[in-house]
Amino acid sequence: MTLLSRVVLATMLAMIMLPAFAVDPLPFKDHAEELRFQELTRELRCLVCQNENLADSHAPLAKDLRLQVFEQMQAGKSDAQIKEWLTDRYSDFVLYDPPLRGGTMLLWFGPFVLLLIGAIVVAMIVRRRSRGLPRIAESTQSMRDEDWA
Amino acid sequence: MTFSRLLPLIGLIALVALFAFGIRWNMNHDQREVLSPLIGKPAPEFSLPVFGETSRNYGTADLRGKPYLINVFASWCIACREEHPLLMAEGARLGVPLVGLNYKDEPTDAKRWLAQFGNPYDTVIVDYDGRAAIDFGVYGAPETFLVDAAGIIRYKRIGPTTPDSLRDELLPAIAALKALP
Repeated sequence: MTLLSRVVLATMLAMIMLPAFAVDPLPFKDHAEELRFQELTRELRCLVCQNENLADSHAPLAKDLRLQVFEQMQAGKSDAQIKEWLTDRYSDFVLYDPPLRGGTMLLWFGPFVLLLIGAIVVAMIVRRRSRGLPRIAESTQSMRDEDWA
Repeated sequence: MTFSRLLPLIGLIALVALFAFGIRWNMNHDQREVLSPLIGKPAPEFSLPVFGETSRNYGTADLRGKPYLINVFASWCIACREEHPLLMAEGARLGVPLVGLNYKDEPTDAKRWLAQFGNPYDTVIVDYDGRAAIDFGVYGAPETFLVDAAGIIRYKRIGPTTPDSLRDELLPAIAALKALP
């Protein structure tokens, strides 16, 4: 192996390993804790750059909030408690998975309602067409004649 | 013309109306604005070092029993610079103490900034690591909170206070506090 190919290989390996080290190095007890942290911060929204999650964001606030999440994990808080701590300050908006309650009913069930309406419309059209089918068959011949007329 | 023939047209009109509503909504609302769940709730407790003094803290204990405004600012924050002249002009006339919360800022930068543009604050406190601001649900400076005498957050402004927002929102909110016994 030449020196150049070794360097290229090393660089590629380093790039593959990059996602394993999150944005900031935090002293995790073990791999399980790190996984829990990654999973939790992926479900949380960064408030500064609102289309990014907390795990991936480089915004200073996201870094501070990651540290808060980490510290609260160390303090033995559950995921639900940490989420509650965040929603107390930043509302449900921080959660990518919003809770089911009065105000979020439309969000949760709206798509299914639309799907149901769509299904009903399709069913109606299909039924109407199948009822009208014999008539169409009868008139096919005359329509053909008209086409060529 | 049967109803079913009109259906696509009705659908189109409904979609156009929906899009028009969406466009209008976005013109009048800041999409990025997150409603603070803290409005109507007690302001978080804080006790932070007073700017320029190393030994003295200032916080909720000192402010209990009187309404106050807390303005989150930083020298690195461009929008704060935009807001600053208004605070300089109107700050003393608001009728409530104006507390400046210097958010995640280097003391030397903040000092230079206040010297250059003026200091409209009655007290400036330092939140160097930004933890007190997180308790206030701050996600972008400047932000302004109106806290009443009972320690309840009555009003929050995300982004710079403008002459319009001062006249239409902040001053009426302060007046409403004064009207209370």
